Amino acid sequence: MSEAKTAETVLDVRNLQTVFFTNSGLFRAVDDVSFSVRRGETLAIVGESGCGKSVSALSIVRLVPDPPGRIVGGSVTLEGTDLLKLDDAAMRAVRGNRISMIFQEPMTSLNPVMRIGDQIVEAVRLHQKVSSKEAWKQAVDMLRLVRIPEPERRAQEYPHQLSGGMRQRAMIAMALACRPALLIADEPTTALDVTIQAQILALIVDLQQRLGTGLILITHDLGVVAQTAQRVIVMYAGKKVEEATVESLFETPLHPYTRGLMASMPAVIALGAKSDARLAEIPGMVPSLTNLPPGCAFAPRCKLAVDRCRQEYPPLDEVKPNHWAACWRAGEMAEAS
Amino acid sequence: MFAYIVRRLFLMLVTLFGISVIIFVLLRVVPGNIVDILFDAAGFVDPADKANLERELGLSQPIVVQYLHWIGGLLRGDLGYSYVSEKPALEEILPRIPITARLAGLALLFSASIGIPLGVISAVHQGSKLDYALRVVSLSGLSLPSFWLGLLILMASVSLFGTMPIFNPNPKTWLEALTIYAVPAMAVGFRSAALTMRITRSSMLEILRQDYIRTARAKGASEASVNYHHALKNAVLPVITVIGIEAAFLIGGLIVTETVFNIPGIARFLVEALRWRDYPIVQNLVMFIAVVVVVVNFVVDMLYAAIDPRIRFGD
Repeated sequence: MSEAKTAETVLDVRNLQTVFFTNSGLFRAVDDVSFSVRRGETLAIVGESGCGKSVSALSIVRLVPDPPGRIVGGSVTLEGTDLLKLDDAAMRAVRGNRISMIFQEPMTSLNPVMRIGDQIVEAVRLHQKVSSKEAWKQAVDMLRLVRIPEPERRAQEYPHQLSGGMRQRAMIAMALACRPALLIADEPTTALDVTIQAQILALIVDLQQRLGTGLILITHDLGVVAQTAQRVIVMYAGKKVEEATVESLFETPLHPYTRGLMASMPAVIALGAKSDARLAEIPGMVPSLTNLPPGCAFAPRCKLAVDRCRQEYPPLDEVKPNHWAACWRAGEMAEAS
Repeated sequence: MFAYIVRRLFLMLVTLFGISVIIFVLLRVVPGNIVDILFDAAGFVDPADKANLERELGLSQPIVVQYLHWIGGLLRGDLGYSYVSEKPALEEILPRIPITARLAGLALLFSASIGIPLGVISAVHQGSKLDYALRVVSLSGLSLPSFWLGLLILMASVSLFGTMPIFNPNPKTWLEALTIYAVPAMAVGFRSAALTMRITRSSMLEILRQDYIRTARAKGASEASVNYHHALKNAVLPVITVIGIEAAFLIGGLIVTETVFNIPGIARFLVEALRWRDYPIVQNLVMFIAVVVVVVNFVVDMLYAAIDPRIRFGD
């Protein structure tokens, strides 16, 4: 792949704001978040449950349930078009065609009363003018591409006849059927067995590189991030708190929240070795988004918090080259490391 | 699947046998038989005459013998003679079946074709004014007894058009046939339509929350395709069950509706026969209705399997 092509930006999200109107008040699920994805690049979005990762993804394809959710600001530019300005029909032509999604739950994400093949055929025929026979052939080819054995027979089967791993492969086949420019994988391996997780991740990355697709990988598993992504953004309480290349992030995490996430990763201990080390945790809970503290949302849980943290929200600064963090004390941490 | 069908068919036979025993015994537990009724009306009569008539009709035999006689005849296709008209029971029952079948069929068609789409619309627009309006209408459908609704329709048509649909066994035009059957069918089907709508609505609301609906949207499917193709196909299973059960309830509703609209169908005929303790007619008619209900249930199960592959390939 040429250098110029690698650098081509597929998706550019600027100042995205998605809010939810609930009985307990309005909350900002995605608050002024910006990021971009280049062709063939993998961007990981990490954070705890409820930090706004999935809502960010759903906002890109405009599938945030409305009501209660609504995108109230920003832009989502895919290959030069602002998706937030498209009408519904034009947006449908983008979904499943230029942007595809893979969801967390392969067991429930496929329609139980439709054959696997038919579900892929539908994705193909919604966006391409091909005969049903040709579309079926493409569906079988896609199943072969995601390494499902006996794809001709599997295409005839129903979701309940496939294992979880196989269903996720079928989801991937469906998502990539129209060769999208961008694939969004929302916790694609969380619901799978550990052995299957590695296979599915390897498959996604392999296909993404072969097809030159941009990939947004949403996960809470930093191990997955280290294996697959080139760049990472860390989200907390609806805001982007850190962005860096994978190397830089793992070498010197500059936000206390990222440090907490890394410390709470269990390390594999060699058989027979004794370890008294307790698994670290981040004290406290993610704050309720309807009732955020003034200043930094992480301050109540942060060991490094000073008075300023509780009063003013820190700007997202480029603390080191290509490494941004929103923390008043990021500079100190960068110097200390 | 084949073993399942065979097992179901066997169960159907057992059910029908059980029903035949229950009908037979219940009928004879009810005090008085046709002879009592006839002789009561006539005042004092010689008990010997009464015993003679009972013997003639076979009512003096032990109940087990009477049962075997009936079942034996049924298996040979001999339904016996009506006590009242003295015509063969088959000749009395057969011409009335198509009338009721048309009414019941139309009523079910009405309830499915009105109830399912309205249920989908109500679910898709949950919380809207349209949803509330539809729910109020459906609640009224569940609360209005069909005979009262039938009377209201008759009174309304008299006051509006100065006439009302009167049953004609040989309608001249297609339109006339439709009015004769459609109006009572709607009166009796309104309740089923309302029930179907409510079940469709709640089932759709449940299905629309499923992950695969989001997947369908993420594929770029239109709202119509999401609602009718992806969601309804999953949501329709409980609706089919309800329509199957309603098919059985319909017979009860038809008894009053046929009376109100003066339609000579089997439902009204059954009540008349019961009043005269016309055993051959009642037994055979109830048996016929039982067969219909059992077959409808079987068809519902087969439809389930046809729609849901998890049932088809399970087992």
